[in-house]
Amino acid sequence: MTTSTSSTSSTTEIPEVSLALDDQSPDVPEIIRGTGHLPEMRVDPIGLFARVREECGDIGRFRLADKEVVLVTGAEANEAFFRAPDAVLDQAAAYPFMTPIFGKGVVFDASPEERQQMLKNQALRGDMMRGHAQTIEAEINRMVAGWGDEGEIDLLDFFAELTIYTTSSCLIGKPFREELDSSFAQHYHELERGTDAIAYVDPYADIDSFRIRDAARERLVALVQGIIDKRKERGTVPKEERDLLDVLISIDMTADVVTGIFISMMFAGHHTSSGTASWAMIELLRHPDVMADVVAELDQLYTDADGTGPVEVSFQALRSIPVLESALKETLRLHPPLIILMRLVQEDFELAGTTIPAGTVVAASPRVSNRIEEDFPKADEFDPGRYIDPRQEDLQNRWTWIPFGAGKHRCVGNAFAMMQMKAIFSVILRDFEFEAAQPLDSYRDDCSKMVIQLEQPCRVRYRRRVR
Amino acid sequence: MRGYTVRADTGLCQGHQLCQGEAPDVFGFDEDGDVVVMLEEHPAESRRTDVQTAVRYCPAFALSIEED
Repeated sequence: MTTSTSSTSSTTEIPEVSLALDDQSPDVPEIIRGTGHLPEMRVDPIGLFARVREECGDIGRFRLADKEVVLVTGAEANEAFFRAPDAVLDQAAAYPFMTPIFGKGVVFDASPEERQQMLKNQALRGDMMRGHAQTIEAEINRMVAGWGDEGEIDLLDFFAELTIYTTSSCLIGKPFREELDSSFAQHYHELERGTDAIAYVDPYADIDSFRIRDAARERLVALVQGIIDKRKERGTVPKEERDLLDVLISIDMTADVVTGIFISMMFAGHHTSSGTASWAMIELLRHPDVMADVVAELDQLYTDADGTGPVEVSFQALRSIPVLESALKETLRLHPPLIILMRLVQEDFELAGTTIPAGTVVAASPRVSNRIEEDFPKADEFDPGRYIDPRQEDLQNRWTWIPFGAGKHRCVGNAFAMMQMKAIFSVILRDFEFEAAQPLDSYRDDCSKMVIQLEQPCRVRYRRRVR
Repeated sequence: MRGYTVRADTGLCQGHQLCQGEAPDVFGFDEDGDVVVMLEEHPAESRRTDVQTAVRYCPAFALSIEED
C-alpha cells in the first residue's frame, strides 16, 4: 500500500462551494483565520453541507485549513464512497479531534476483518443480545426508580447518564458499571464537548473546550485508577465474576491506557444513543398522533392478556415492534447523530467518474442524504409511514437512508442500538406520560462541536400513568 | 402467484448471522469467509414472511428480495 499524501491529480475539476462566512472576519478566532470553510463548519455545519449539494451537486468540495474535503451525496456517489476499498481510505486521520480523547496509541477504528472478529467473539454478538436487553431494562428501571408521580427531567442529562450505564455494563462489564455514578457521565460529556473543529488546525490548541476536555480525561483516568486499586486490593475472583477490566489489569495496563480503551469502546454507542432517545421523545411530543399509536401498540404488546403475566420488555425489545420502530427510524433519518462521515484518501481513486487525489478527505453526509427530496418525498416532514410496506423507504434507499452509514463500515452496533431504543421506550411509555416543558420548536441541536448534542435546556415533564 | 429471488451482497455482509435465525433453510454461513451464503435463492411462497423479516432486520442491509 502506498501512503503518499502527494498526488499528480488535483481537486480543481471538482466544483467548490461558496464561502458563506468570511474566514478573515474579526469575529473568527485568530487561530482559524484563513482556513476556508472551517469557521463556517464551527457555527453551521448543516448549512455548509447542504449548500455543497445545492451548489455543486453530487460531488462538491470545501476546505478545512490545508485539507480539501470532497463531499459526496446521492445514491450513486454514496455507494461508490461506501464501497471504496479500505486500503485507500483512512478513518482515524480524518478525525483529528478524537486523538486527544482516546489518547495516543488507542486505535480509532478496526478494519472490517477485525470488526467481524469482534462481532464473533465479543459483546455485540447476536446471542449476547438477550443478556444486554435484560441489562438495559434493569438500568432504565433503576433510573426511573427515583421518580415521583410527576416531575421534570432534562433530556440530555437523563439519557446521557442512562447510556453511560448501559454501554459500560454491556460493553465492558457489570462489575465495572457498578463502580460508576453520575460523575463519570459528567466527565464523559465534557470529553464529547471537546470536539471543536479547531482540531483540524491544532487538536491541542490552547482553548477552553480543549482544556476542559483534557481535565475531564484526567478525572476519568483518576476514577479508573481508583477502581483498579480496589480490584488489586480485593485480589483475584472466580473467573465468572471477572470483567474486561480484570483482564486488562492482569496484563499490567496502566490506568491511562485502560481509560483510553474504555472511552473508545463506549464512544460510538454513547452520544449517538443518547441523542437518538432524546430526539425520539421530542418528535413523539411534536406528533401526538404518532405518540398515541406508539403507546397503544406498547399497551397491546405488554398487556397480560391470558393472565400468565405480561411479556418481558427484554424479550420484546429483540422482536418486532413495528410502530415504535418506524418512529425511531424516522427520528434517525431526520436527526442522524453523526452528520458527516469522513476518510482520508491514501492513494488516488476513482469515485463515480471523478478522480479523488491522495491527501484529500472524502466525506458523506447522513444529514444531507437522509433528506434528499427525490428519495424521501416531503423530506423534512416526520412521517413514520415511510417504513410501512410497500414504501420501505429505508430499504429502497439503502445508499441514501444512511443514519448508520452503509457498506462494510455500517455501524456494527445498529441492532444493539435499536434494541436499546425499543427497551427504553417500552419502559418509560408504559409507566409514564410526557409533555414538553418548553416550546416544541425550542428543542434543537448544538452543532458547534463535531459531536453534536442537544442544546440545553431541553426539559420535559413526566407524570405516572394511572391504570 | 409470482415467485421471488433472494439476493445476498457478500461485499456488505458483516457476519451478524441474524438471517439464519429467521430462515435457516434459506441463509447459511461461510465460517471461513465470515459471510452469508445463499442456500435457497428461490424460496417457497410459504417462507416469504420469514425471509422478509431477515431482509428487514439485516444489520448490514446486505439482503434484498426481487420479485420475479
